[in-house]
Amino acid sequence: MNLPIYLDNNATTPMDPRVLEAMIPYFTQKFGNAASRNHPFGWIAEEAVDYAREQVAKLIGASEKEIIFTSGATEADNLAIKGVFEMYKDKGNHIITAVTEHKAVLDTCKHLEKLGARVTYLPVKEDGLIDLAELEATMTPETILVSIMYGNNEIGVIQPVKEIAAIAHKHGALFMTDATQAVGKIPVDVNADGIDLLACSAHKIYGPKGVGALYVRRKGPRVKVTAQMDGGGHERGMRSGTLNVPGIVGFGKACELCMQEMESEAKRLSALRDKLQTSLLELEESYVNGNQEHRLPHVANISFKYVEGEGLMMAMKDLAVSSGSACTSASLEPSYVLKSLGLSDDLAHSSIRYGLGRFTTEEEVDYAIDITKKAVNHLRELSPLWEMFKEGLDLSKIEWAEH
Amino acid sequence: MAYSDKVIDHYTNPRNVGTLDKSNAKVGTGLVGAPECGDVMRLQIQVDDNNMITDAKFKTFGCGSAIASSSLATEWLKGKSIDDAMKIDNMDIVEELSLPPVKIHCSVLAEDAIKAAINDYRVKNGMAPIEAAKTHH
Repeated sequence: MNLPIYLDNNATTPMDPRVLEAMIPYFTQKFGNAASRNHPFGWIAEEAVDYAREQVAKLIGASEKEIIFTSGATEADNLAIKGVFEMYKDKGNHIITAVTEHKAVLDTCKHLEKLGARVTYLPVKEDGLIDLAELEATMTPETILVSIMYGNNEIGVIQPVKEIAAIAHKHGALFMTDATQAVGKIPVDVNADGIDLLACSAHKIYGPKGVGALYVRRKGPRVKVTAQMDGGGHERGMRSGTLNVPGIVGFGKACELCMQEMESEAKRLSALRDKLQTSLLELEESYVNGNQEHRLPHVANISFKYVEGEGLMMAMKDLAVSSGSACTSASLEPSYVLKSLGLSDDLAHSSIRYGLGRFTTEEEVDYAIDITKKAVNHLRELSPLWEMFKEGLDLSKIEWAEH
Repeated sequence: MAYSDKVIDHYTNPRNVGTLDKSNAKVGTGLVGAPECGDVMRLQIQVDDNNMITDAKFKTFGCGSAIASSSLATEWLKGKSIDDAMKIDNMDIVEELSLPPVKIHCSVLAEDAIKAAINDYRVKNGMAPIEAAKTHH
Protein backbone atom coordinates (compact mmCIF):
# COMPACT_ATOMS: atom_id res chain seq x y z
CA MET A 1 0.00 0.00 0.00
CA ASN A 2 1.38 3.40 -1.00
CA LEU A 3 0.89 6.48 1.16
CA PRO A 4 -0.76 8.93 1.07
CA ILE A 5 -4.08 7.31 0.23
CA TYR A 6 -6.33 9.10 -2.24
CA LEU A 7 -9.96 9.26 -1.11
CA ASP A 8 -10.92 12.49 -2.85
CA ASN A 9 -12.34 11.00 -6.05
CA ASN A 10 -15.15 13.57 -6.17
CA ALA A 11 -12.55 16.24 -6.77
CA THR A 12 -10.85 14.33 -9.55
CA THR A 13 -9.87 10.77 -10.41
CA PRO A 14 -6.59 9.31 -11.56
CA MET A 15 -6.63 8.48 -15.24
CA ASP A 16 -7.09 4.81 -16.04
CA PRO A 17 -3.96 3.49 -17.80
CA ARG A 18 -6.22 2.04 -20.51
CA VAL A 19 -7.47 5.55 -21.22
CA LEU A 20 -3.94 6.90 -21.47
CA GLU A 21 -3.01 4.12 -23.87
CA ALA A 22 -5.91 5.02 -26.15
CA MET A 23 -4.92 8.69 -26.14
CA ILE A 24 -1.21 8.49 -26.83
CA PRO A 25 -1.25 8.06 -30.64
CA TYR A 26 -3.39 11.18 -30.97
CA PHE A 27 -0.64 13.41 -29.61
CA THR A 28 2.02 12.36 -32.09
CA GLN A 29 1.27 10.24 -35.19
CA LYS A 30 -2.47 10.98 -35.36
CA PHE A 31 -2.23 14.67 -34.58
CA GLY A 32 -4.60 16.00 -37.25
CA ASN A 33 -7.25 18.65 -36.84
CA ALA A 34 -10.65 16.97 -36.88
CA ALA A 35 -11.95 19.89 -38.94
CA SER A 36 -9.42 19.33 -41.76
CA ARG A 37 -11.59 17.82 -44.45
CA ASN A 38 -9.08 17.48 -47.25
CA HIS A 39 -6.43 15.03 -46.11
CA PRO A 40 -6.08 11.79 -44.19
CA PHE A 41 -4.65 13.50 -41.08
CA GLY A 42 -7.94 15.30 -40.62
CA TRP A 43 -10.01 12.24 -41.52
CA ILE A 44 -8.24 10.06 -38.96
CA ALA A 45 -8.81 12.66 -36.24
CA GLU A 46 -12.44 13.10 -37.24
CA GLU A 47 -12.99 9.36 -37.21
CA ALA A 48 -11.54 9.15 -33.70
CA VAL A 49 -13.78 11.98 -32.51
CA ASP A 50 -16.85 10.36 -34.06
CA TYR A 51 -16.06 7.09 -32.33
CA ALA A 52 -15.59 8.86 -28.99
CA ARG A 53 -18.84 10.70 -29.50
CA GLU A 54 -20.60 7.35 -29.83
CA GLN A 55 -18.89 6.04 -26.69
CA VAL A 56 -19.99 9.08 -24.68
CA ALA A 57 -23.52 9.03 -26.11
CA LYS A 58 -23.94 5.34 -25.34
CA LEU A 59 -23.11 5.78 -21.67
CA ILE A 60 -26.01 8.21 -21.23
CA GLY A 61 -28.42 6.61 -23.69
CA ALA A 62 -28.14 9.46 -26.20
CA SER A 63 -27.50 9.66 -29.92
CA GLU A 64 -23.98 10.71 -30.95
CA LYS A 65 -25.41 13.76 -32.73
CA GLU A 66 -26.53 15.11 -29.38
CA ILE A 67 -23.06 15.35 -27.85
CA ILE A 68 -21.22 18.69 -27.85
CA PHE A 69 -17.63 18.43 -26.63
CA THR A 70 -16.45 21.17 -24.29
CA SER A 71 -13.46 21.87 -22.07
CA GLY A 72 -15.24 20.36 -19.08
CA ALA A 73 -18.44 20.37 -17.07
CA THR A 74 -18.10 24.01 -16.03
CA GLU A 75 -18.13 25.09 -19.66
CA ALA A 76 -20.99 22.70 -20.40
CA ASP A 77 -23.02 24.18 -17.51
CA ASN A 78 -22.31 27.69 -18.76
CA LEU A 79 -23.20 26.84 -22.33
CA ALA A 80 -26.43 25.11 -21.35
CA ILE A 81 -27.78 27.76 -19.01
CA LYS A 82 -26.58 30.88 -20.80
CA GLY A 83 -27.36 29.29 -24.17
CA VAL A 84 -30.94 28.44 -23.18
CA PHE A 85 -31.46 31.86 -21.60
CA GLU A 86 -30.44 33.57 -24.84
CA MET A 87 -32.22 31.17 -27.17
CA TYR A 88 -35.53 31.11 -25.31
CA LYS A 89 -35.75 34.68 -24.06
CA ASP A 90 -38.87 35.32 -26.11
CA LYS A 91 -40.61 32.62 -24.11
CA GLY A 92 -39.57 33.75 -20.67
CA ASN A 93 -36.76 34.68 -18.30
CA HIS A 94 -37.34 32.42 -15.31
CA ILE A 95 -34.81 29.76 -14.33
CA ILE A 96 -35.17 27.38 -11.39
CA THR A 97 -32.19 25.75 -9.72
CA ALA A 98 -31.28 24.62 -6.20
CA VAL A 99 -29.05 26.00 -3.47
CA THR A 100 -26.87 22.89 -3.39
CA GLU A 101 -25.79 23.13 -7.03
CA HIS A 102 -22.17 23.42 -8.05
CA LYS A 103 -20.80 26.95 -8.38
CA ALA A 104 -20.62 26.45 -12.15
CA VAL A 105 -24.42 26.49 -12.14
CA LEU A 106 -25.03 28.95 -9.28
CA ASP A 107 -22.60 31.58 -10.49
CA THR A 108 -23.84 31.25 -14.06
CA CYS A 109 -27.37 31.92 -12.79
CA LYS A 110 -26.14 34.87 -10.74
CA HIS A 111 -24.51 36.25 -13.87
CA LEU A 112 -27.77 35.90 -15.80
CA GLU A 113 -29.67 37.71 -13.05
CA LYS A 114 -27.62 40.77 -13.95
CA LEU A 115 -28.78 40.32 -17.55
CA GLY A 116 -32.45 40.21 -16.68
CA ALA A 117 -33.08 36.61 -15.66
CA ARG A 118 -35.28 35.81 -12.70
CA VAL A 119 -33.78 32.88 -10.83
CA THR A 120 -35.35 30.77 -8.10
CA TYR A 121 -32.89 28.95 -5.87
CA LEU A 122 -34.87 26.11 -4.35
CA PRO A 123 -33.94 25.15 -0.80
CA VAL A 124 -33.34 21.49 0.02
CA LYS A 125 -34.73 19.33 2.79
CA GLU A 126 -32.57 18.10 5.66
CA ASP A 127 -31.49 15.11 3.60
CA GLY A 128 -30.37 17.25 0.66
CA LEU A 129 -33.27 16.43 -1.66
CA ILE A 130 -35.44 19.15 -3.16
CA ASP A 131 -39.15 19.23 -2.41
CA LEU A 132 -41.03 18.34 -5.60
CA ALA A 133 -44.20 20.10 -4.50
CA GLU A 134 -42.18 23.24 -3.93
CA LEU A 135 -40.65 22.93 -7.39
CA GLU A 136 -44.06 22.58 -8.94
CA ALA A 137 -45.36 25.58 -7.02
CA THR A 138 -42.47 27.65 -8.30
CA MET A 139 -43.10 26.91 -11.98
CA THR A 140 -44.58 29.79 -13.99
CA PRO A 141 -45.43 30.28 -17.68
CA GLU A 142 -42.15 32.26 -17.90
CA THR A 143 -40.07 29.36 -16.61
CA ILE A 144 -37.76 28.32 -19.43
CA LEU A 145 -35.32 26.08 -17.59
CA VAL A 146 -35.10 23.86 -14.52
CA SER A 147 -31.49 23.02 -13.70
CA ILE A 148 -31.04 20.47 -10.91
CA MET A 149 -27.93 18.38 -10.46
CA TYR A 150 -28.04 14.60 -10.70
CA GLY A 151 -25.70 13.68 -7.83
CA ASN A 152 -24.23 16.15 -5.39
CA ASN A 153 -20.46 16.55 -5.28
CA GLU A 154 -20.22 17.07 -1.51
CA ILE A 155 -22.76 14.68 -0.05
CA GLY A 156 -23.47 12.39 -3.01
CA VAL A 157 -27.24 12.80 -2.75
CA ILE A 158 -29.10 11.78 -5.93
CA GLN A 159 -32.05 14.01 -6.83
CA PRO A 160 -35.29 12.49 -8.21
CA VAL A 161 -34.34 13.54 -11.73
CA LYS A 162 -37.14 11.74 -13.53
CA GLU A 163 -39.83 13.37 -11.41
CA ILE A 164 -38.17 16.78 -11.71
CA ALA A 165 -38.05 16.43 -15.50
CA ALA A 166 -41.75 15.52 -15.60
CA ILE A 167 -42.67 18.62 -13.61
CA ALA A 168 -40.53 20.86 -15.81
CA HIS A 169 -42.06 19.43 -18.99
CA LYS A 170 -45.59 19.65 -17.67
CA HIS A 171 -45.09 23.39 -17.41
CA GLY A 172 -43.34 23.75 -20.74
CA ALA A 173 -39.82 24.23 -19.41
CA LEU A 174 -36.63 22.44 -20.37
CA PHE A 175 -34.82 20.24 -17.87
CA MET A 176 -31.06 20.45 -17.54
CA THR A 177 -28.91 18.45 -15.16
CA ASP A 178 -25.30 18.77 -14.09
CA ALA A 179 -24.50 15.06 -13.99
CA THR A 180 -20.76 15.42 -13.47
CA GLN A 181 -20.72 13.21 -10.38
CA ALA A 182 -23.34 10.72 -11.56
CA VAL A 183 -22.38 9.82 -15.14
CA GLY A 184 -20.22 6.72 -15.14
CA LYS A 185 -21.03 5.96 -11.51
CA ILE A 186 -24.72 5.11 -11.73
CA PRO A 187 -26.99 4.41 -14.72
CA VAL A 188 -27.99 7.68 -16.40
CA ASP A 189 -30.35 7.58 -19.38
CA VAL A 190 -31.39 10.85 -20.96
CA ASN A 191 -34.55 9.35 -22.45
CA ALA A 192 -35.71 7.34 -19.47
CA ASP A 193 -34.92 10.28 -17.19
CA GLY A 194 -36.41 12.94 -19.46
CA ILE A 195 -33.26 15.04 -19.62
CA ASP A 196 -33.02 17.82 -22.22
CA LEU A 197 -29.50 19.03 -21.42
CA LEU A 198 -26.80 17.26 -19.42
CA ALA A 199 -23.30 18.34 -18.44
CA CYS A 200 -20.53 15.88 -17.66
CA SER A 201 -16.77 15.71 -17.44
CA ALA A 202 -14.02 13.19 -18.30
CA HIS A 203 -11.73 13.69 -15.32
CA LYS A 204 -14.34 12.52 -12.81
CA ILE A 205 -14.56 9.16 -14.57
CA TYR A 206 -10.88 8.22 -14.90
CA GLY A 207 -10.42 10.23 -18.09
CA PRO A 208 -8.25 13.28 -18.78
CA LYS A 209 -8.77 16.79 -17.41
CA GLY A 210 -9.83 19.56 -19.77
CA VAL A 211 -12.57 17.74 -21.62
CA GLY A 212 -16.28 17.38 -21.00
CA ALA A 213 -19.54 17.32 -22.86
CA LEU A 214 -22.94 18.87 -23.07
CA TYR A 215 -25.78 16.64 -24.19
CA VAL A 216 -28.37 18.65 -26.13
CA ARG A 217 -31.63 16.84 -26.99
CA ARG A 218 -32.42 16.75 -30.69
CA LYS A 219 -35.85 15.12 -30.69
CA GLY A 220 -38.94 15.66 -28.57
CA PRO A 221 -38.24 18.54 -28.19
CA ARG A 222 -35.40 19.74 -30.38
CA VAL A 223 -33.38 21.87 -28.00
CA LYS A 224 -31.14 24.69 -29.14
CA VAL A 225 -28.60 26.73 -27.26
CA THR A 226 -26.96 29.95 -28.37
CA ALA A 227 -23.20 29.50 -28.75
CA GLN A 228 -21.15 31.22 -26.08
CA MET A 229 -17.90 31.05 -28.05
CA ASP A 230 -17.70 32.44 -31.56
CA GLY A 231 -15.41 31.03 -34.19
CA GLY A 232 -15.24 28.24 -36.70
CA GLY A 233 -18.68 26.84 -35.98
CA HIS A 234 -17.51 23.50 -34.63
CA GLU A 235 -19.87 21.15 -32.81
CA ARG A 236 -22.90 22.00 -34.91
CA GLY A 237 -22.25 25.66 -34.35
CA MET A 238 -22.75 25.40 -30.61
CA ARG A 239 -19.13 25.36 -29.50
CA SER A 240 -16.39 26.73 -31.71
CA GLY A 241 -12.77 25.83 -31.17
CA THR A 242 -10.47 23.13 -32.52
CA LEU A 243 -11.41 19.86 -30.93
CA ASN A 244 -9.17 18.44 -28.22
CA VAL A 245 -8.77 15.17 -30.10
CA PRO A 246 -6.58 13.23 -27.62
CA GLY A 247 -8.76 14.43 -24.74
CA ILE A 248 -11.93 13.45 -26.55
CA VAL A 249 -10.51 10.02 -27.41
CA GLY A 250 -9.66 9.57 -23.73
CA PHE A 251 -13.11 10.71 -22.68
CA GLY A 252 -14.68 8.19 -25.05
CA LYS A 253 -12.53 5.36 -23.75
CA ALA A 254 -13.29 6.37 -20.15
CA CYS A 255 -17.03 6.20 -20.94
CA GLU A 256 -16.66 2.81 -22.57
CA LEU A 257 -14.87 1.45 -19.49
CA CYS A 258 -17.56 2.85 -17.19
CA MET A 259 -20.21 1.26 -19.37
CA GLN A 260 -18.52 -2.13 -18.95
CA GLU A 261 -17.55 -1.89 -15.30
CA MET A 262 -20.01 0.50 -13.68
CA GLU A 263 -22.40 -2.10 -12.36
CA SER A 264 -19.85 -4.31 -10.63
CA GLU A 265 -17.83 -1.27 -9.57
CA ALA A 266 -20.83 0.37 -7.92
CA LYS A 267 -21.43 -2.80 -5.91
CA ARG A 268 -17.81 -3.05 -4.84
CA LEU A 269 -17.57 0.63 -3.92
CA SER A 270 -20.83 0.81 -2.02
CA ALA A 271 -19.74 -2.21 0.05
CA LEU A 272 -16.42 -0.50 0.83
CA ARG A 273 -18.14 2.81 1.52
CA ASP A 274 -20.62 1.13 3.85
CA LYS A 275 -17.77 -0.54 5.70
CA LEU A 276 -16.02 2.80 6.08
CA GLN A 277 -19.18 4.54 7.21
CA THR A 278 -20.28 1.84 9.66
CA SER A 279 -16.84 1.76 11.25
CA LEU A 280 -16.57 5.54 11.53
CA LEU A 281 -20.02 5.83 13.04
CA GLU A 282 -18.72 3.72 15.92
CA LEU A 283 -17.09 6.98 17.01
CA GLU A 284 -19.36 8.80 19.43
CA GLU A 285 -21.10 11.91 18.07
CA SER A 286 -20.46 11.24 14.42
CA TYR A 287 -23.15 11.82 11.82
CA VAL A 288 -23.68 11.09 8.13
CA ASN A 289 -24.66 14.15 6.09
CA GLY A 290 -27.33 13.79 3.42
CA ASN A 291 -29.78 11.13 2.36
CA GLN A 292 -28.25 7.67 2.63
CA GLU A 293 -30.76 5.84 0.47
CA HIS A 294 -30.52 8.08 -2.59
CA ARG A 295 -26.77 8.44 -2.67
CA LEU A 296 -23.89 7.84 -5.05
CA PRO A 297 -22.21 4.52 -4.21
CA HIS A 298 -18.73 5.88 -3.57
CA VAL A 299 -19.37 8.87 -1.30
CA ALA A 300 -19.73 9.33 2.46
CA ASN A 301 -19.80 12.73 4.10
CA ILE A 302 -19.42 12.46 7.86
CA SER A 303 -19.27 15.06 10.62
CA PHE A 304 -17.24 14.32 13.72
CA LYS A 305 -18.66 16.66 16.30
CA TYR A 306 -16.29 18.72 18.47
CA VAL A 307 -13.42 18.30 16.01
CA GLU A 308 -12.65 20.88 13.34
CA GLY A 309 -12.30 19.57 9.80
CA GLU A 310 -9.09 21.20 8.72
CA GLY A 311 -7.38 20.29 11.96
CA LEU A 312 -8.60 16.75 11.41
CA MET A 313 -7.24 16.59 7.87
CA MET A 314 -3.90 17.82 9.16
CA ALA A 315 -3.89 14.96 11.65
CA MET A 316 -4.60 12.55 8.79
CA LYS A 317 -1.75 13.60 6.58
CA ASP A 318 -1.55 10.20 4.90
CA LEU A 319 -5.15 10.50 3.81
CA ALA A 320 -6.27 12.80 0.99
CA VAL A 321 -9.89 13.78 1.69
CA SER A 322 -11.75 17.07 1.77
CA SER A 323 -13.70 19.00 4.35
CA GLY A 324 -16.62 21.41 4.46
CA SER A 325 -14.72 23.34 7.08
CA ALA A 326 -14.37 27.05 6.54
CA CYS A 327 -10.67 26.86 7.14
CA THR A 328 -10.18 25.00 3.89
CA SER A 329 -11.61 27.87 1.89
CA ALA A 330 -10.41 31.41 1.44
CA SER A 331 -13.80 32.77 2.48
CA LEU A 332 -13.73 31.30 6.02
CA GLU A 333 -17.36 30.29 5.46
CA PRO A 334 -18.20 26.63 5.95
CA SER A 335 -19.67 24.64 3.07
CA TYR A 336 -22.85 26.19 1.67
CA VAL A 337 -24.07 22.72 0.72
CA LEU A 338 -23.90 21.45 4.29
CA LYS A 339 -25.39 24.65 5.67
CA SER A 340 -28.30 24.34 3.27
CA LEU A 341 -29.16 20.97 4.85
CA GLY A 342 -29.81 22.96 7.99
CA LEU A 343 -26.61 21.68 9.55
CA SER A 344 -25.35 23.97 12.28
CA ASP A 345 -22.10 25.72 11.43
CA ASP A 346 -20.15 23.70 13.96
CA LEU A 347 -21.19 20.42 12.33
CA ALA A 348 -20.37 21.83 8.91
CA HIS A 349 -16.93 22.75 10.23
CA SER A 350 -16.52 19.18 11.45
CA SER A 351 -17.26 17.38 8.19
CA ILE A 352 -15.05 15.13 6.10
CA ARG A 353 -15.93 13.90 2.61
CA TYR A 354 -14.64 10.47 1.68
CA GLY A 355 -14.76 9.80 -2.07
CA LEU A 356 -13.80 6.28 -3.06
CA GLY A 357 -12.79 5.33 -6.58
CA ARG A 358 -11.88 2.62 -9.05
CA PHE A 359 -8.42 2.19 -7.60
CA THR A 360 -9.44 2.22 -3.93
CA THR A 361 -8.65 -1.07 -2.19
CA GLU A 362 -10.11 -2.60 0.94
CA GLU A 363 -6.69 -2.32 2.58
CA GLU A 364 -6.78 1.43 1.97
CA VAL A 365 -10.27 1.72 3.41
CA ASP A 366 -9.17 -0.19 6.52
CA TYR A 367 -6.24 2.16 6.88
CA ALA A 368 -8.52 5.18 6.43
CA ILE A 369 -10.81 3.90 9.17
CA ASP A 370 -7.89 3.39 11.53
CA ILE A 371 -6.24 6.74 10.82
CA THR A 372 -9.53 8.66 11.11
CA LYS A 373 -10.45 7.09 14.42
CA LYS A 374 -7.03 7.82 15.88
CA ALA A 375 -7.09 11.42 14.63
CA VAL A 376 -10.61 12.11 15.90
CA ASN A 377 -9.80 10.68 19.33
CA HIS A 378 -6.53 12.62 19.47
CA LEU A 379 -8.15 15.92 18.56
CA ARG A 380 -11.01 15.39 20.96
CA GLU A 381 -8.43 15.12 23.71
CA LEU A 382 -7.36 18.62 22.66
CA SER A 383 -10.89 19.94 22.25
CA PRO A 384 -12.44 22.12 24.95
CA LEU A 385 -15.84 21.44 23.39
CA TRP A 386 -15.44 17.69 23.77
CA GLU A 387 -14.49 18.18 27.43
CA MET A 388 -17.57 20.36 28.00
CA PHE A 389 -19.76 17.84 26.22
CA LYS A 390 -18.36 15.07 28.39
CA GLU A 391 -19.09 17.15 31.50
CA GLY A 392 -22.68 17.30 30.36
CA LEU A 393 -22.73 20.99 29.46
CA ASP A 394 -25.19 22.13 26.82
CA LEU A 395 -22.97 23.95 24.36
CA SER A 396 -25.89 25.69 22.72
CA LYS A 397 -26.61 27.46 26.02
CA ILE A 398 -23.15 28.97 26.28
CA GLU A 399 -22.74 32.57 25.21
CA TRP A 400 -19.88 32.41 22.77
CA ALA A 401 -17.80 35.43 21.93
CA GLU A 402 -18.33 35.26 18.18
CA HIS A 403 -15.53 36.83 16.25
CA MET B 1 -1.99 25.24 1.98
CA ALA B 2 1.45 24.35 3.24
CA TYR B 3 2.11 24.76 6.94
CA SER B 4 5.34 26.07 8.42
CA ASP B 5 7.56 23.60 10.27
CA LYS B 6 6.80 25.34 13.56
CA VAL B 7 3.04 24.98 13.08
CA ILE B 8 3.51 21.31 12.27
CA ASP B 9 5.75 20.86 15.29
CA HIS B 10 3.26 22.46 17.71
CA TYR B 11 0.39 20.66 16.05
CA THR B 12 2.07 17.26 16.17
CA ASN B 13 3.48 17.70 19.67
CA PRO B 14 1.20 20.20 21.34
CA ARG B 15 2.68 21.59 24.58
CA ASN B 16 0.70 21.92 27.79
CA VAL B 17 -2.56 20.32 26.76
CA GLY B 18 -4.88 19.99 29.69
CA THR B 19 -7.20 21.45 32.24
CA LEU B 20 -6.60 23.41 35.45
CA ASP B 21 -9.23 23.67 38.16
CA LYS B 22 -11.17 26.74 37.13
CA SER B 23 -12.74 27.08 40.57
CA ASN B 24 -9.29 27.65 42.11
CA ALA B 25 -8.80 31.35 42.88
CA LYS B 26 -5.24 31.18 41.56
CA VAL B 27 -6.37 29.93 38.17
CA GLY B 28 -7.44 32.27 35.39
CA THR B 29 -9.48 30.86 32.51
CA GLY B 30 -10.04 32.40 29.09
CA LEU B 31 -12.56 30.81 26.71
CA VAL B 32 -12.77 32.58 23.36
CA GLY B 33 -14.14 31.93 19.90
CA ALA B 34 -17.31 30.11 18.93
CA PRO B 35 -18.05 26.65 17.53
CA GLU B 36 -19.94 28.28 14.63
CA CYS B 37 -16.77 30.07 13.62
CA GLY B 38 -14.76 26.88 13.60
CA ASP B 39 -12.47 27.73 16.46
CA VAL B 40 -12.72 27.78 20.24
CA MET B 41 -9.70 28.21 22.52
CA ARG B 42 -9.55 27.66 26.23
CA LEU B 43 -6.40 28.93 27.87
CA GLN B 44 -5.72 28.62 31.59
CA ILE B 45 -3.01 30.06 33.80
CA GLN B 46 -1.90 29.13 37.30
CA VAL B 47 -0.58 32.22 39.09
CA ASP B 48 1.52 32.41 42.29
CA ASP B 49 1.40 34.99 45.08
CA ASN B 50 3.81 37.27 43.19
CA ASN B 51 1.50 37.37 40.16
CA MET B 52 3.91 35.14 38.24
CA ILE B 53 2.46 32.53 35.89
CA THR B 54 3.75 29.14 37.03
CA ASP B 55 1.73 26.93 34.72
CA ALA B 56 -0.42 27.25 31.61
CA LYS B 57 -2.71 24.78 29.88
CA PHE B 58 -4.83 24.86 26.77
CA LYS B 59 -7.46 23.01 24.82
CA THR B 60 -8.43 24.15 21.33
CA PHE B 61 -11.08 23.21 18.80
CA GLY B 62 -9.83 24.49 15.49
CA CYS B 63 -7.48 24.15 12.59
CA GLY B 64 -3.78 23.36 12.84
CA SER B 65 -2.82 27.02 13.09
CA ALA B 66 -5.26 27.62 15.94
CA ILE B 67 -3.90 24.64 17.86
CA ALA B 68 -0.31 25.74 17.21
CA SER B 69 -1.06 29.35 18.26
CA SER B 70 -2.51 28.28 21.58
CA SER B 71 0.24 25.73 22.20
CA LEU B 72 2.85 28.44 21.59
CA ALA B 73 0.96 30.87 23.85
CA THR B 74 1.14 28.45 26.80
CA GLU B 75 4.91 28.15 26.31
CA TRP B 76 5.33 31.91 26.32
CA LEU B 77 3.08 32.43 29.33
CA LYS B 78 4.96 30.19 31.71
CA GLY B 79 7.42 32.17 33.84
CA LYS B 80 6.00 35.56 32.88
CA SER B 81 4.32 38.00 35.26
CA ILE B 82 0.69 38.66 34.45
CA ASP B 83 1.65 42.21 33.47
CA ASP B 84 4.27 41.03 30.98
CA ALA B 85 1.91 38.37 29.66
CA MET B 86 -0.61 41.09 28.89
CA LYS B 87 1.91 42.52 26.44
CA ILE B 88 1.98 39.45 24.19
CA ASP B 89 0.84 40.62 20.79
CA ASN B 90 -0.83 38.49 18.17
CA MET B 91 1.74 39.61 15.59
CA ASP B 92 4.49 38.00 17.71
CA ILE B 93 2.64 34.70 17.25
CA VAL B 94 2.17 35.32 13.52
CA GLU B 95 5.90 35.92 13.18
CA GLU B 96 7.02 32.99 15.29
CA LEU B 97 4.75 30.51 13.46
CA SER B 98 5.01 32.17 10.01
CA LEU B 99 1.22 32.21 9.74
CA PRO B 100 -0.17 33.21 6.34
CA PRO B 101 -2.64 36.15 6.20
CA VAL B 102 -5.68 33.84 6.11
CA LYS B 103 -4.60 32.39 9.48
CA ILE B 104 -3.93 35.65 11.33
CA HIS B 105 -7.29 35.33 13.07
CA CYS B 106 -5.89 32.26 14.88
CA SER B 107 -3.20 34.43 16.49
CA VAL B 108 -5.79 37.10 17.35
CA LEU B 109 -7.82 34.45 19.08
CA ALA B 110 -4.76 33.32 21.06
CA GLU B 111 -4.07 36.89 22.17
CA ASP B 112 -7.72 37.28 23.18
CA ALA B 113 -7.51 34.03 25.14
CA ILE B 114 -4.40 35.21 27.01
CA LYS B 115 -6.06 38.51 27.94
CA ALA B 116 -9.30 36.79 28.93
CA ALA B 117 -7.42 34.36 31.20
CA ILE B 118 -5.46 37.14 32.88
CA ASN B 119 -8.57 39.25 33.41
CA ASP B 120 -10.42 36.27 34.84
CA TYR B 121 -7.58 35.87 37.33
CA ARG B 122 -7.52 39.61 38.09
CA VAL B 123 -11.23 39.80 38.77
CA LYS B 124 -11.11 36.69 40.96
CA ASN B 125 -8.36 38.32 43.00
CA GLY B 126 -9.93 41.73 43.44
CA MET B 127 -8.14 43.55 40.64
CA ALA B 128 -9.85 45.50 37.90
CA PRO B 129 -9.84 43.85 34.47
CA ILE B 130 -7.61 45.50 31.90
CA GLU B 131 -9.39 46.68 28.80
CA ALA B 132 -7.86 45.40 25.62
CA ALA B 133 -5.82 48.20 24.06
CA LYS B 134 -7.06 47.35 20.59
CA THR B 135 -10.11 45.70 19.23
CA HIS B 136 -9.91 43.07 16.59
CA HIS B 137 -13.49 42.50 15.77
